[in-house]
This record gives sequence, structure tokens and C-alpha cells, in this order.
Amino acid sequence: MEKMSGARSLMVALEKEGVDIAFGLPGGANLPIYDELYKSNIRHILARHEQSAAHMADGFGRVSRRPGVCFATSGPGATNIVTGIATAQADSSPMVAITGQVPLKMIGRDAFQESDIIGISNPIVKYAFQPTSATEIPEVVKKAFYISSTGRPGPVLIDIPKDVQQNEAEIPFPSEVKIRGYHPWVDPDITQIERAIDMLLSAERPIILAGGGVIISGAFAEIQSIAELLLIPVVTTFKGKGSFPENHPLSLGPIGMHGHAEANKMMTEADCVLAAGSRFSDRSVGTFEEFEKRLKIIHMDVDPAEIGKNQTTTVAIVGDVKASLRIMVKMLVQKAIKRHEDYPWVKRMKETKDYYRENLKLHDHPLAAAKVLRKLREVLPHQSIVTTEVGQHQMWASLFFDVIHPGTFFSSTGLGTMGWGFPAAIGAKAAKPGVPVVDIAGEGSFNMTENSLAVSVLDNLPVIVFIMNNFSLGMVAQWQRTFYDRRMMAIDLKNCPDYVKIAQAYGAQGIRAQSLDEIGNAVKTALKSDVATVIDIPIDPQEDVLPFVAPGTPLTDMILPS
Amino acid sequence: MWSIISVLVENKPGILFKVTNLFRSRNFNIDSISVGITENPEFSRMTITTLGDEKQVAQIIKQLDKMIDTIEVKRLDEKMSVYRELVLMKIKVSKPSDSMEIMNIAKAFECEVHDVRKTSIMVELTATPDRINAFEDLVRGYGIIDIARTGICALARGGANES
Repeated sequence: MEKMSGARSLMVALEKEGVDIAFGLPGGANLPIYDELYKSNIRHILARHEQSAAHMADGFGRVSRRPGVCFATSGPGATNIVTGIATAQADSSPMVAITGQVPLKMIGRDAFQESDIIGISNPIVKYAFQPTSATEIPEVVKKAFYISSTGRPGPVLIDIPKDVQQNEAEIPFPSEVKIRGYHPWVDPDITQIERAIDMLLSAERPIILAGGGVIISGAFAEIQSIAELLLIPVVTTFKGKGSFPENHPLSLGPIGMHGHAEANKMMTEADCVLAAGSRFSDRSVGTFEEFEKRLKIIHMDVDPAEIGKNQTTTVAIVGDVKASLRIMVKMLVQKAIKRHEDYPWVKRMKETKDYYRENLKLHDHPLAAAKVLRKLREVLPHQSIVTTEVGQHQMWASLFFDVIHPGTFFSSTGLGTMGWGFPAAIGAKAAKPGVPVVDIAGEGSFNMTENSLAVSVLDNLPVIVFIMNNFSLGMVAQWQRTFYDRRMMAIDLKNCPDYVKIAQAYGAQGIRAQSLDEIGNAVKTALKSDVATVIDIPIDPQEDVLPFVAPGTPLTDMILPS
Repeated sequence: MWSIISVLVENKPGILFKVTNLFRSRNFNIDSISVGITENPEFSRMTITTLGDEKQVAQIIKQLDKMIDTIEVKRLDEKMSVYRELVLMKIKVSKPSDSMEIMNIAKAFECEVHDVRKTSIMVELTATPDRINAFEDLVRGYGIIDIARTGICALARGGANES
């Protein structure tokens, strides 16, 4: 065994896990780690705020489907990544966050830049480690990557006291680790899958609800096979958006608070649902009671604790969603089960889809959200990766931006973190440099992490920020218009700052696009650009996101545009 | 509904915090909790009693099972397990006849009497929570000065694979 410092062993362990890029910010308590980063081959991306570093790692993790790594120092550095960790946890994103901590003997003495990040982060991490000896570090790293990336993925924190980073020892590197209380692999129960098939075949109005688990496990082909063999319409959760091509004849798009009208409508008419990798969030189902009263629920999830958490299920299939669906497809093919085209439910689906597509009134404005986003879709190559911020633009993206290539759409869907989309886009670009990456943004969210422009420009990770600028905190404004009798409070951003100038100040490209043609041209220019491009699009501040299902009400009570 | 959950956990610092924080963050209730090391020093056993309906308890058990530091989570059937709680109680003695009466009640409950003073008696009782409550009701009239209860600890009856 070679004698080395804890920090050195950390770097070796990370390299053994295949880490070649990490996002972070140095500080007093993680300087030994940064001194080793200086000597290592790991590419370090210097974030301008620890929260953004965590979001970059999150974006990287979702796209590459291996843990993104971020570094922060102790105290405020650690507390700054809390939002990033919580976001990753809410969306089951693989991440390994590594914080510096004050030296062991200073812990608990309210030392300078001490914060109890293990205690603070407890409810929002999949697991947290605080090695107390340099010799533990490689084992902890191996466990962290294993826990983060297996089963239901999630963020793992490693909090390393400064003296543990500095101490030299003969440090062992285990080739594998075993965690006795952790069993991420459960083989799906074949009899349950058989029961599920019987239910889907005997149902008159079956529907597939594809959730985030389909994207995380990459079960795109399997979902499509089942839908096509059994002619089952596919709705998704918002997190599952793009798990099924949205131009497919059986696609209805996302359900939920701001779901597609045809998706919500068909969901409320269905009698049996195959929910794959969905946790039945309140934003998706409206009210839990209404859902389970009406529907037979087949619930597939890798996390047994999701079964029965929000909905009572008829058939539960615990295990990796891709593995479960693959078995289901195999059984269908073996038994040569296939539904015929004249299936009345499919006819009903086509009617519903056509009805809403023809009759749903769109907002009347030259730069209505639907027009703006359809223009973006028209000029953006299908394999491009899209992230969003959080707010009206995000829900419009859900409604009007069709994802054609599965697994190319990412958003902070669970925690709803404003400011996530831009740094996450930078992380996504780092994971897939050859693919265009666009952050569909609102100016309110973009304000929160816009200093990541420096990172995008200086680290050569050019992304496109597509700002649908309504000069206000639009979603809050919409709720104030709808639920608070138009008492508009604290929503006016007053067209400040000038985003074209902001972009230019960072050395990025700034374009203001005031018509659909200008938007198309701006995106084409951005796609050819070597630097980040911010496209500022002034839209109508009065436009609401519709359809709308008010919180706590069933999907049947959908408010449609009038 | 009252349920007893027996949780075998890694005997490491911070686990009690994680378990109780899980209950807090999921809005579950802890009625009592007792923790002690097991025959294998790598493990501790927690006995948790909780109030909640069938669905809530099932969810608590799944969330506990999901925790990486838990080795085994079991719900104990009251009839199929032995469960006991220990209480220390300091009871007020106001007049000489109180002393004899309290001692008689303590004897009937098979309490251990630990500290007899002119103005107080301290007793120890190991029993089911119901029996402890009954004892407490009987002596409440004399005045209870202090009370310390451990919360229950419990084990399923029968051998390794019996049920």
C-alpha cells in the first residue's frame, strides 16, 4: 500500500469511478482537495455559486446517467449546495456532493465556517458519509457512487474534515463494497407481471402513465412496444415528459395541473392504468382519492416505498422499470398478444386528441407561448437536450414543446427549483458536448443563476438560454389573478436587467427576438455559435398557462381557455 | 391504532437521529422509542411504538426499510410478542397512612420499592404499558412527584423461523 494523503486518495478513488469532470468552488476547508485536483486529470469547472455547481452536477448526472460530482467548502459553501441536493433528491438524480468540513477536533465548537451539513442534509440525501480517517475515504467514495447510481438514484454527500483530507496514511482501495442494509436490485415478480397483462387485456379503457422512472432506466423502447402491441394510449407525468415520442399517434402528452387537455381527459376516462416509474405526485393526479376510486392501478417502481404511498394499487411490480417492462414485452410477444386497430378506445383517443387540437383556443398574441415554443421546436434538431427553469415558461414547455427524441427533456419537476435550468444545461453540455443544449427560461428564474454565464463562456460549454420574458414572476402573477382577486403583489420585475447587455457583459452573445422570424433566426445563429447565446423574447405578461387544474381538485375539473 | 415496530440497525453514531428525523420529516408519530445494543455489537435494536392507521404504518415500515442503515424492520403482533416497559415513579407521602397504602398497591403490582422517605416513596415497575397506566391511576391521588418511563422494548415470541 502506498502512503498518501486523504485528499490524494479521494482523487484516485474518483478517477477509479471514472470521474473526468467535476463542478465546484474552493474554500478554506477543501483546499487540500483542490491542491490534489491541481495535480489530477479531472477537469474542474469553476462555478460562481455552490448552488449552481450542484445543479451542474445534477444536469450532468441526468444526461449521462452516472453521478455528477460537485465540490463545496464547509459552512456557507455546504449550505449553498443544499438546494441543489434537495433538487436532485426530489427528481431521483445521481449526484455525489463532496464538502470540506472543519478539522475533527473543531467539530461542535462553532468554528469559523462550520455547519452541521450532515444534520442539515439528512432528509434530502440518499445517504451521507463523514469519514473520520483518511483510510476510510476510498471505501466511502466507492459506496457513495454505488448508492447514488443504483436502485432509485439520488444524491450522496461526503463531508470530509480538513485534517482527514491532510492526514497521510497507507490507504486501502477496495475493489468492491458491500452494504448489508442496501438492496437496490429486486427481481420483478413474474406472476404480478402476468396479472398486469391480464388486467390490461381485460380493461376496456387502459392507459399507460409513464413517469420519470422510464427516463432514468431508459425504458423507451419497452414502453413503446407495449403501447403499440396493446394499442394503449400513453400519457406521461411531467417528469416523464419525453419518455415516449410526443409525435407518436398514441401519445397524449403530460397529465396534471398543467397537463395537455387530451391527456387529462383520457386519464379521467380510463379504467385501468399502467403506471411505470411514477410516484403519483399531487401535481400529476390532482386528488389522490378520486384517482384510486375510479381506476385499477398497476404500479411499477424500483422503490418499494412508493407502492401505496400516494395511491392504493391493484397490482404492484417492484423492480427496475426497464427490466419489468422488458419481461412484459417478452411475454406479449411469446403469447403473440396484439390488439386490433378497430379497438374503440383508440378511436376515442383519436377523437379526443383531434377535438382539443382543433378547438382549444390559444392565447391571441403574436408571441403567444404556443407560437414561440413551436417555432423553437421547428428549428431545433430533435436530439437537442432541453432543460427548463421553473414557472410559466416551464409549463408552457410542457404543453407546447413536443419532445420527439426520448430522454432529451429535463426539468426541476419535484422540488421546482427556480434557477436550475441554466446551470443544469451547462452540466448537460459537459455530458454531451456534441449536442445542442437549450434552457427554456423565464427571466425571473434566470436571474437566480445567471452568473453561470461566466462558466458557460470561459469553460467553453456553450448553451442557449431561451428567455420567455414577461417582465414579471409570471406564475405567481397568474395565481394572484386567479385566486387573489388580481391583487398583484411583488411580481413586477420591471424589464430589468437588459439580458442582451448582461450576455454581452459576460462575453456571451445576446439577441433580442421580437417576432417569430427573429426567434427562428436567433436560434439558428445560436446553434452555429461557439459561445453561449441568450435570446431575450418579450412575450405578453397577461398570458396565463391553460389548461389549469387548481391544486387539490381532480383532473376532471380542468379549467380550459375561454 | 397502536403498533410496535422492531428495527435492527447498524450500531453507528447518528442512526437514532436519522430514524427519528425520518418520522418527523414524514409527519409520522413516535409514541415511544427505546434503543439498545444487541448480542452482536455491530447492531442495535430499536423498539418504536407509533400511532397511525394501517396505511400509515405500512408506509412507515417501507420508509424504515428503505433506510440504508436499517438491517431488518418488523412489525410485532402484540399477541405474538413479549413487550415490557420500565417506569420509575416517585410518589408523595402526605400522612403516615399513605405510606402503607402505597406499599400495598406496589406489592400488588409486584413493584420494586427503591427509596422510602418520610415524604416520598420511589418504586420501579416493569410491565406492559397498560399495567403501568393502571398503577399510575391508582397512585395518582397521593400525588406523583416525578415519573420516568423507558418506552417499551419487545421481541417476537418463538425461535428463529417460528411465527
